[in-house]
Order: sequence, then C-alpha cells, then structure tokens
Amino acid sequence: MTISFSRKDTEPMETARAAACHARGGTVPAGQSGLASWLPVVGLEIHAQISSNSKLFSGSQVQFAAPPNSLVSFFDASLPGTLPVLNRRCVEAAVMTGLALNCSINKKSLFDRKHYFYADLPAGYQITQKRVPIAVNGSLSYSLCIDNKMSRMVTKTVRIKQIQLEQDSGKSLHDDTRSQTLVDLNRAGVGLMEVVMEPDMCCGEEAAAAVRELQLILQTLGSSKAIMAEGQLRVDANVSVHHPGEPYGVRTEVKNINSVRFLAKAIDYEIQRQIEELENGGTILNETRAFDSKLGCTISMRDKEGKQDYRFMPEPNLPPLILYDAKSLPANRNHQQVVNIDWIRERLPDLPSVKRAKLVELYGILPEHSFTLLNEDGLAEYFENVIKHTQMKPKKVIGWVLKELLSYLKEHALAVKDSPVSSFLLADLLNLLERKEISSSAAKQVFEELWKGEGKTPLEIVKEKHLELLRDQEELEQICQAVIDRQEDEVMAIKAGNQKVLNKLIGLVQRATRGRSNPVLVKQILEKKLQSE
Amino acid sequence: QVSAALREGRVGAGELCQRCLARVRGTGLLNAYISVAEDAALLEAEEAEKRYRRGQPLGVLDGIPVAVKDNFNTAGIETTCASNMLKGYISPYNATVVQKLLDQGAVLLGKTNLDEFAMGSGSTDGVFGPVRNPWSYSRQYKEKNPSKSHSENEDSEWVITGGSSGGSAAAISSFTCFAALGSDTGGSTRNPAAHCGVVGLKPTYGLISRHGLIPLVNSMDVPGILTRCVDDAAVVLGLLAGHDPKDSTTIQGAFKPFEIPDSIDVRKLCIGIPKEYHVPGLSSEIQALWSKATDLFKDAGAKVIEVSLPHTSYSIVCYHVLCTAEVASNMARFDGLEYGHRAAMKQSTESMYAATRREGFNDVVRGRILSGNYFLLKENYEKYFVKAQKVRRLIANDFVKVFGSGVDILLTPTTLSDAAPYVEFIKEDNRTRSAQDDILTQAANMAGLPAISVPAALSKRGLPLGLQFIGRSFQEKQLLTVAKWFEKQVKFPVIQLEDMKRHDCNVFQHQKSVS
Repeated sequence: MTISFSRKDTEPMETARAAACHARGGTVPAGQSGLASWLPVVGLEIHAQISSNSKLFSGSQVQFAAPPNSLVSFFDASLPGTLPVLNRRCVEAAVMTGLALNCSINKKSLFDRKHYFYADLPAGYQITQKRVPIAVNGSLSYSLCIDNKMSRMVTKTVRIKQIQLEQDSGKSLHDDTRSQTLVDLNRAGVGLMEVVMEPDMCCGEEAAAAVRELQLILQTLGSSKAIMAEGQLRVDANVSVHHPGEPYGVRTEVKNINSVRFLAKAIDYEIQRQIEELENGGTILNETRAFDSKLGCTISMRDKEGKQDYRFMPEPNLPPLILYDAKSLPANRNHQQVVNIDWIRERLPDLPSVKRAKLVELYGILPEHSFTLLNEDGLAEYFENVIKHTQMKPKKVIGWVLKELLSYLKEHALAVKDSPVSSFLLADLLNLLERKEISSSAAKQVFEELWKGEGKTPLEIVKEKHLELLRDQEELEQICQAVIDRQEDEVMAIKAGNQKVLNKLIGLVQRATRGRSNPVLVKQILEKKLQSE
Repeated sequence: QVSAALREGRVGAGELCQRCLARVRGTGLLNAYISVAEDAALLEAEEAEKRYRRGQPLGVLDGIPVAVKDNFNTAGIETTCASNMLKGYISPYNATVVQKLLDQGAVLLGKTNLDEFAMGSGSTDGVFGPVRNPWSYSRQYKEKNPSKSHSENEDSEWVITGGSSGGSAAAISSFTCFAALGSDTGGSTRNPAAHCGVVGLKPTYGLISRHGLIPLVNSMDVPGILTRCVDDAAVVLGLLAGHDPKDSTTIQGAFKPFEIPDSIDVRKLCIGIPKEYHVPGLSSEIQALWSKATDLFKDAGAKVIEVSLPHTSYSIVCYHVLCTAEVASNMARFDGLEYGHRAAMKQSTESMYAATRREGFNDVVRGRILSGNYFLLKENYEKYFVKAQKVRRLIANDFVKVFGSGVDILLTPTTLSDAAPYVEFIKEDNRTRSAQDDILTQAANMAGLPAISVPAALSKRGLPLGLQFIGRSFQEKQLLTVAKWFEKQVKFPVIQLEDMKRHDCNVFQHQKSVS
C-alpha cells in the first residue's frame, strides 16, 4: 500500500515559519510555480481589558466569572435616559499603556458611537474613539530567538498606530437545541484598550513575540491582567501576502485566537493558505476567518460577510477627554482632579526591557535567562529575594531557580506565588550548599523534600535524613578503598591511562554515601589511593 | 403664593392635592395626562402636610403639586414616551430632575402627554391621542368663535396645544398643577407654552441634568420648565439647576439660585431684534405684537436695535440632519431585548428586531430613524452630518457675535401664529409641521442658549400669543428679569375655563379609537 502525502503534510509549518522570518529576510519561497518569492505581512489589533474595579462608563463592578447578569448597572443595560460617566482609572490605565508603548498622548481625545445590532450590545452602539484616540504613534520592541535557540536572539520593533478606549460587549450564549440565545451583560461596558499595531511583522512567531512582550508590559503596569485564556487580551491578526516590490495583497482578518501559541499557528497557517490559494490561481477575499484550534486551521466566518456600515457618530453625552501635563495643569488642580500625563510618567514602573537589562547588569546572568525570569509572573522577584538571603553567587542561584524551581513548577502546573518552596527556604538551602555543609546532590534531595511542603526547614531535613557532608576523612577513605577494591576492571582502565573512568568511581562513592561526600575531596582521595597502589 | 398659603396653614397640602386631582379628573377631556399617580400623590401630600405642621417644610416646593412630561423616568410610575415601545414600562430609577423635585417635597401628580418620543410640534402624534388646548374651552375663545353648528360639530373647533410638551403646558394652563417639566430640543417647551398661555423656560444647555430624560437629540435636549409666571420658573430653575455627576455635560460649578426683584429697571438694557426672524408665514397679529413689545421696551428707556443672525435660515435643515442622526442612534437600543415591547416573532433575532421596531414606533419615529441612518452612512457622513455640524457652529457664532456687540437679550416671536384647530393641523405631515413650528425657537437649541416664552396677548380668535426672549449662555437671571418685567407690562388675561364635563363622553369614544 502506498501512502501519498499532500504538500501540506510534507511541509510542516515550522519550516515555513522559520523560513518566513529569518533565513531569507522575511520572504517565503514560491512553491512549485517557481515565481518570485512571497512576502507575508502581519498586523495586529489587540483588545486589552482594563484592570479596574468598575466599568468604563458606569459604576458596576468588573469581575471574571461572576454569576450571569449580576454586574449590570442601568447604563450597562442601556435603560433609556441613562448617560455615560467616564471612569478616571481607565483613562489613567490607557495613558500609562500609551507612555509605556512610546506613544504621543493626545491631550484632547474624542468619543464616538459605532453602530451595529447585536444581542450582546444593548445600546445598539459601542462607544469607542474613532476620530481622535487617546494615544498615537508608538512603538514596541520585542525579542525573539532564531532557530529556536535561546542563545541567538534578535530585537525587532513594531509601530503602534494608536490606542483607543472603548466599551466591551456582553456575551451571547447560543443554545442550539432550544434555539435560544442567552445574553450575559456582566462584560458589557467593561473598559478596553484597543492597541492597533502596524503591519510590521511577517510571521506568526514575530506576532507571538510582540504580543508576549505587550502582555508583560500590561501586567507590569497593572493596566490589564492580559490573560488570553480569560479573554482579557484578545488578538485579531490581519494577514496578507504579496511579491516583493508589489503592493500589499488583499488581507484577511483572523479572529478567535485564545493563546499566544495559537496566534503563531493561526497566522502561519493563514500565510501558507493564502500563498497556496494564490499559486493555484485563486484569489484572497477580504473576509474574517476564525481560527479552529482543534483543526489548526482558519475557517471563513460566513455570518460576518455582509458589508457593515457602522454609521459612526460623535458621542454627544461625553465632552472631549482633556488630559494635562505639568505645563498645562491648571494652578488649582492636582492629579486627583484631572489626569496629569507627567505625574503618571514619573510613576511608571520599570518596563520588562529595562528590568531584563538591570538583571543582566546587576547579577551577571545571561540575557536569555533574564527573559525566562520575566516570562513567569513573579519569578524575577523570587530570584532577587533568594539573592538577598544567600551568600551564593547570582550566577549559581539562577541555575537553581531556572532548573530546579521552574521545572518543578511546570511539572505541577503551579504559579510562582503558589510554590511550596519559598524564596527564603531556597535561600536557606543554597546557604547550606554554599557553606559546603551538604553536597549539591544532597541539596537536590532536600529540595525534593521541601517541595512536599511539610513545613520543615532545609537544616531539619538534612539532619533527619543524615545528608550532611561527610567530614570524617577516615570514614571517607574507607569507603573509597572499598569502592576501589570492588571495581578491579575500572582500576585497571584508569591505570592504563583512561582518566574518564575515574568519574564513574566518584559516582559510586557518591552513591555509597548517598550524596553526602564532597566530590572534589573524593577525587583527591581516589587519585592518591590509585597512585599508591 | 400657594407656597405661602401652605406655610401659613391657609390650605393643607392634602387638600391642595385633592383639589388638583379633582381638576385633573375634571379636565380629562384635554388628555393632558398619560398617567395619574393618585395614591402616591396623596401619600406625598400627607407627608408634606405633616412637615408643615411640624414647621419643617423641605423647601418652597414642599406640598406643591407638579406634573412631569412622560419622557422623564419616574420610579414606580409608567414612563411611556407616548409610544407602544414603552407602554407599561416602569423605570427603576428617577430622573435627576424628578428626584430633585421629590427631594423638595413636591407632589408628583402624574405624567403628561406628548408626541411619541417628543418628536412633533403639536402633541398630536402620541399613541394616547392628541392633547387639547384648554383655551379651546375658555370663555375668551368661545366668545370670539361662536359655534356655527349643532352639537355633533361642536367639538371640531378645539385647537392643539403645540408640542411636544403639550401635556405639561395644558396641565399648567388648566390649573391642575403649579409647575410642570417639559423637554426642549427644538422648541418643545416654548411652543406649547406660547399656545397655552403659560411661561415656558428652556435653560442653557448643561445647566440642568438630562440624566433620566429619554433623549431626542442629546446635544440639544434640555429639561424645560412650564409655570404660570416667571417668578415660579425662577424658583423651579433654582432647585433643578447645577452639576450632576450622572450627566457629564452639566456645568462643573454650583449654580446660585436667585430671586427676581419686583422693581426692574430696563433702561440700561440693549434689546436686539433679529431681522431674520421676520419669516414668511409670520401672522400679522404676531408681527404687530412683536412691534408693540419692541415699543414697550423703547418707551421704558431700553436701547432697542435691529441685529442680524445671518445663518438662521439654514437652521431648520441643519437641525433635521443632526436630529435624525441622533434619533437613529438613540433609538437603536429599543430592540425588544432588555425592556419595552417585544414582538412575538421568533424566526431569528433580526426578524424579532424588525417586527419589534415596526410595531413599537410610529411612522414619524421610523421615518426619522431611516433618514438619520442615511445621513450617517459612510458615503454621506461628510456631505450631511459634518456639514450640518459646521452650519451649527456658524449659527452659534451668529449669536456670539450679536451678544459680543453689546446686545443683552434678543426679542422674537415664539410661534408663527396662534394655535391651529386640530382638524387643520393634521392636514400637514409631522415633518412639515415641525419644520414650520420650530423655525423661531430652534436656533436657541443649536446654540445652547437660554430662552423663554412669555404669554403676551390674546389673538383675534381669543387664543394666547407668546413672545420669546433669548439670553446669553448661563445668564438666566438677566433673561428672567427681563421676562418678568415684560410679564408685568402686558398683564396677560387669566384663562376663563368653562366646564368640560359635557364633553366627557365624546373624549371617551375618541380615546378608544386612537388606542
């Protein structure tokens, strides 16, 4: 029986992606047609839910997974006669985000109504910022590694077109069996920042890295929790392909992407689909496509096909949003009465890129380690806490944090803050190691014990399990002698000049002492004994 | 006066309320009220009476019966906008202005009739039927228009109230209450005030909260105040005006209530007469009244000059674009999902929307939604909406220039003529009527300026005629002072209402046919 593969099957995405990004400077080679290569173009529209106690224009609470329709004010339900009242906190979050993304902040921005009928949009329009958004013309730098090697990282920049404030919609739940639609308005009116990125990316991996960096920035600022799985960060990708020197191709919009990993997958699938379509003589429709994470492909969303005219109109119930800076601030006002851009700027926390540079500079760790530290929420702080309480050098501590702690966390799917081994316990443990009271293999055993979270200190575990380093020279020499006596072949080999076999003997001594021996000392004893034999 | 009577115990709040409710019942023919909250009103009056007995009234309005146009939300009383869409809708909250009235101890008698969603200038286009002008049943009108024919035709002579706050104007004019709230987007408070012989004040945009007022055009809507005299309007204004955290378009600072002095000197005033208000269709008797008023001011020593507001003639068409666009947007929320009427259509969400809106809105509302959406289409937006906004700016600038040149107050007619008989009025469609009737009032809304209609005289037919004063932004005190001076000079006659009981059976049949 013969199995024939389609081209899609034999050419895995990974290859296409790698090719797209780096090997040929952003181009993808043409397929069988042998024509000019393809340039994929990727732009992103990102909706980040603002982390705030209340909604953008009403006092209702914002909370994830609350009982349906329990967080709905009269305004959120669009009761006639209700009016929007802008939430300061949301404005400040948008200003912070704008500043962090190097945007110019508009001191005067405007609100508009965008009309469409949908069950989860109670007013029949969304209040957004179409004409003059709160922030424009920014940029975001992000790094990604080449060929999946952490050691080869490049930094790229994507331009930020604008950030606009707008309302979130409610949620519709379709019950097909009973042909009912249920509407939950808890999310209706929650503040969103729409971040529009220019089409400066050329593959899924770049887009994913840019989104990941944005996510970290938002989380650092606290302007959004930015958890994709909870819908606090929603990414739509605009994808097109064209030949070098030609105008951009027709783009499609890919929606329904709920993780950074799927974002890369969806974009790369869409690039490949468009190339194939065009090479087979087809055309690309300007359409919205949904990513199906199970099938790993994008599917046309037919219901969104009809051409929408949103009939934009200025929102008459909100005066222009006026922001101030130190220069324009009226004399009798302070930052609690008006939003002062400079006041916010002065209080911006260190952004991830600065934090990484500081970590590298302060502790002498590798740049790629700084990325890993920041990618896990709270890991950098954990690392720095350990450093504060241990004499061990940061370069050695990083190994423990990234290898031991992080792999345990990953294995148990735990967040740093939920780690049973606190930074203090790890520092204690590393101090024992640093003072040569235990060997590193014993330390690993202690760590495993600590992970159980039984409330014991590292020292107690060492005592209980007798893991102290053997300090009795005589006892150690006896153990070494016993090993030598039992391993005649190995001894012969060493004597014949094969020094590598010595490591095996060291290992055996370690095993015999249950990791309690100092490998350096053991090596000295063994060498001495072998020479004297 | 009534307030003083209550304070001095000459009349009890309960008794006052009883009497007003009896009047409401007695004037049912007018169809001024959509709902009457008899029990709640009596309860409120009782509380007020207790406070008076303790000597601790809440304020000047304590125990005073008031009425509110049925496009203001009132918790516990239906708010219908005279539309099938909101029939039976009971709001869970009070509009800010309603709450302020209640906090002052005012006794809310009920909700007054209007054109559906305040779209109209006759108070003839609501689902609860037209409002009848109380002056139709006055001795003054009857004397001038002796009924030519027999009993069956007797009722065809009645005239409209104007609108869209016709219910509120009729309620004041027929003595059922002492103050009423209207709304004013293009003249909806001043127009019926003029036709019903009462004072109608449209304050500066942003002076009074719109929170809870079901919008027509958000950027022009203002809660209006209808009273029997200018002093009353000043009192109510003082209680309602000021910043509301629930309405971001209200003024920031606090408003200082004022009293108008009794002796007023108009010699230092400069009154402007805008020449563009000599519009075609202005009746000769209004023209004459206007000149007479001008002379009054001249004789009293005021400076009266002709001024020009060159862009006035574009106001109506510009208003049409801006109004319908906002209407299209504001009405989008009525989809039958969260509240209001929902059609029985179950095929799809879209078909349910369509049926709900077809059944819920009348032709006027649907027509405005349609044209508004047309103006907002991407390809039309610049051509219509943006252009209309620019024209609006020009109109507003006209006023800025005139007021900047030293003019204090503008004096104009409020309406083209006295109130038309219903049978005449309905010969034209709503759009034509609104365009004609708003012509003199509507520019003040475009510019957000305060304006007041004051009853000035009776027409040859024995119907009220009003004149309008337009003031500078937030200069209500000056505006009302001039209005009060004028009111004192003209001594507008009190309406002499005839008994309406004998028409009751007629109106009953009439109402049935409308609903």
